[in-house]
Amino acid sequence: MLNPQLNKHGELQHLLSIEGLPKSIVNHILDTASSFVGISDRDVKKVPLMRGKSVFNLFFENSTRTRTTFEIASKRLSADVINLNIQASSASKGESLLDTIDNLSAMHADMFVVRHAQSGAPYLIAKHLHDTKQPHVHVVNAGDGRHAHPTQGLLDMYTIRHYKKDFTNLTVAIVGDILHSRVARSDIHALTTLGVPEVRAIGPHTLLPGGLEQMGVRTFTNMEEGLKGVDVIIMLRLQNERMSGALLPSAQEYFKSYGLTPERLALAKPDAIVMHPGPMNRGVEIDSAVADGPQAVILPQVTFGIAVRMAVMSIVAGTQG
Amino acid sequence: MKAGMKLHIKNGHLIDPANGIDGKNDLYIADGKVLAVGSAPAGFTADQTIDASGLIVSPGFVDLSARLREPGYEYKATLESEMQAAMQGGVTSLICPPDTDPVLDEPGLVEMLKHRAKTLNQANVHPLGALTVGLKGQALTEMAELTEAGCIGFAQAEEPIEDTNVLLRAMQYAKTFNYTVWLRPQDAHIGRGGIAASGPLASRLGLSGVPVMSETIALHTIFELMRATGARVHLCRMSSAAGLELVRIAKKEGLPVTCDVGAHHIHLTDADIGFFDSNARVTPPFRSQRDRDAIRLGLLDGTIDALCSDHTPVDDDEKLLPFGEASPGATGLELLLSLALKWADDYAATQDTGSVRPLARALARITSDAARVAGLDAGTLSVGAAADVCLFDPEARWTVEASALASQGKHTPFLGYNLAGQVRATIVAGHVAFQRS
Repeated sequence: MLNPQLNKHGELQHLLSIEGLPKSIVNHILDTASSFVGISDRDVKKVPLMRGKSVFNLFFENSTRTRTTFEIASKRLSADVINLNIQASSASKGESLLDTIDNLSAMHADMFVVRHAQSGAPYLIAKHLHDTKQPHVHVVNAGDGRHAHPTQGLLDMYTIRHYKKDFTNLTVAIVGDILHSRVARSDIHALTTLGVPEVRAIGPHTLLPGGLEQMGVRTFTNMEEGLKGVDVIIMLRLQNERMSGALLPSAQEYFKSYGLTPERLALAKPDAIVMHPGPMNRGVEIDSAVADGPQAVILPQVTFGIAVRMAVMSIVAGTQG
Repeated sequence: MKAGMKLHIKNGHLIDPANGIDGKNDLYIADGKVLAVGSAPAGFTADQTIDASGLIVSPGFVDLSARLREPGYEYKATLESEMQAAMQGGVTSLICPPDTDPVLDEPGLVEMLKHRAKTLNQANVHPLGALTVGLKGQALTEMAELTEAGCIGFAQAEEPIEDTNVLLRAMQYAKTFNYTVWLRPQDAHIGRGGIAASGPLASRLGLSGVPVMSETIALHTIFELMRATGARVHLCRMSSAAGLELVRIAKKEGLPVTCDVGAHHIHLTDADIGFFDSNARVTPPFRSQRDRDAIRLGLLDGTIDALCSDHTPVDDDEKLLPFGEASPGATGLELLLSLALKWADDYAATQDTGSVRPLARALARITSDAARVAGLDAGTLSVGAAADVCLFDPEARWTVEASALASQGKHTPFLGYNLAGQVRATIVAGHVAFQRS
């Protein structure tokens, strides 16, 4: 099957997942993002790359942070941005997802930034746009179910590249709820695409999905062993609803086994960086001393996120070479 | 048909697996029954003659699972549309699961369905009654009354019984009257809400999984209850290699168990989900290639008794949704023959099938074997049997597309496939119910 994100010239038509993206496109996005990083420091924080384009932020699932960063990125590209929060699932809401898309397309949308609770929802939209012959409308996945959060994956790669320069000699550990994490999946695909030789996943068996080995990941259930000698630690957020029940007994016990404390951080390389996609649960997955410490790059991640999303949107829209 | 009407089907290649017939034979039909195979009985003069040159003459197919969606889901399909689909697919006997709305748990509903089907004068409809009231897994249904109304067995459809004690009682009660209990082996908790087979693909796509142990744990429970009760069980829609291994052992042990598999599952794997194609959303979910290969083998060596279409029409509104929100199911009645033939060509032809040709083996699984499982007097062209016949061209190819299907369900993972095997005529009780020019 043809990769639905690429057009027939091999260019990025949509950004749906990092999986299957050629390394050259990933690098192109990161390079483009670095050209945008400076813009935010200027007096006039705008470039006219998407002037006159309409970007619809279509959020079927609650999110303030991601929606805001996409909004800022759109505005810095001079696009018109319209935010739509459609909290209920498309099935129970009356209007179907594709009817919503058709309606907004009729308003001459140029791009949909989509977040949806169902894995694969942006693929359905992309296929529908293809089937209804609207190749000029683009889709950017802003997080779908457990499947992918490609712009987060890319901004994580940008951050790692910024601090570590070279991917081909790194050991990266992703810690926590891998099972439910779209960020983890996107990070894993991005890291393996960029040639990181060792990607580790650390968590209890209840939060590690089967088949991680086939994605090129080494799994660890012991935090201390997993952190030994790593260059990058990506902490994942533990959702409230997972903290007690059949997956984990309590937040306290989780912190005891998998919380990132200064003592555990000391097992990593001395210059290891600590990342987190946010929002953080201090005292659940990460100790405040680490979150606020010198090795944490959590706030720079947020700043880079704007530039990376600008790069993605302008490349997908075809306004950036 | 009119009483005394005589039909002669000439020049066809007749395959009747029940009687080991596979050769050029004419078929003579009178009064809705098979009168003779081979040479004409003395004094036979046909009222109608069909030239079956180049065609296979087979018993009409017996489908162990076809959802007609009546009562309750007429927007997905109606009896009229689905009976027409059955005729186009050469299916002359349909076994219908009880998960309609309302559920088939009352004799009146069963009688109504049988009556509606009868007035259409097409395929024979054999409902399965609900094993428990409302399929809720709590109270037993009036199985004797339901049997009198026309149910041929009792099933839970897609609703596993949570309370094992209720399942025990249901099997004890069924055994009292020698009714067959039809169960899809699935644990009530493990894999609940899952939408794809657990494994690397589900992990990669972020789809919640249904592990193989959902099937195997249920099988262990069912077999243990069979040993305790002596009840006869038919296992619906096997999906895994490990599950089939347990069935193989149970059969060797002598437990009165049979099983079937859906026609999609002998060909497809979870990889066919591709980029979240909701047409590949089915229950049980497609599993790995290893599981698919075990299913193909099981169908050949008889561990799997029968192949069914698992016909489940779903309308656009419920299919054109994100994968996890889409209704599971695929249209199947019109694909059953082609998918069985594809198994014969792609798989059985590469294996040692002994003296029985792959084609005849495939037909056995959708005729005589299926009838045996369901306890029906059907699926054969024995002299005196009901003249339910399918004439098909095994070489003719057709493309699976919405316009080619009579079923109201247009969704199938085989959309766009070019398949061999096209039904030319379907005869029910000696009456030509469908003919393709």
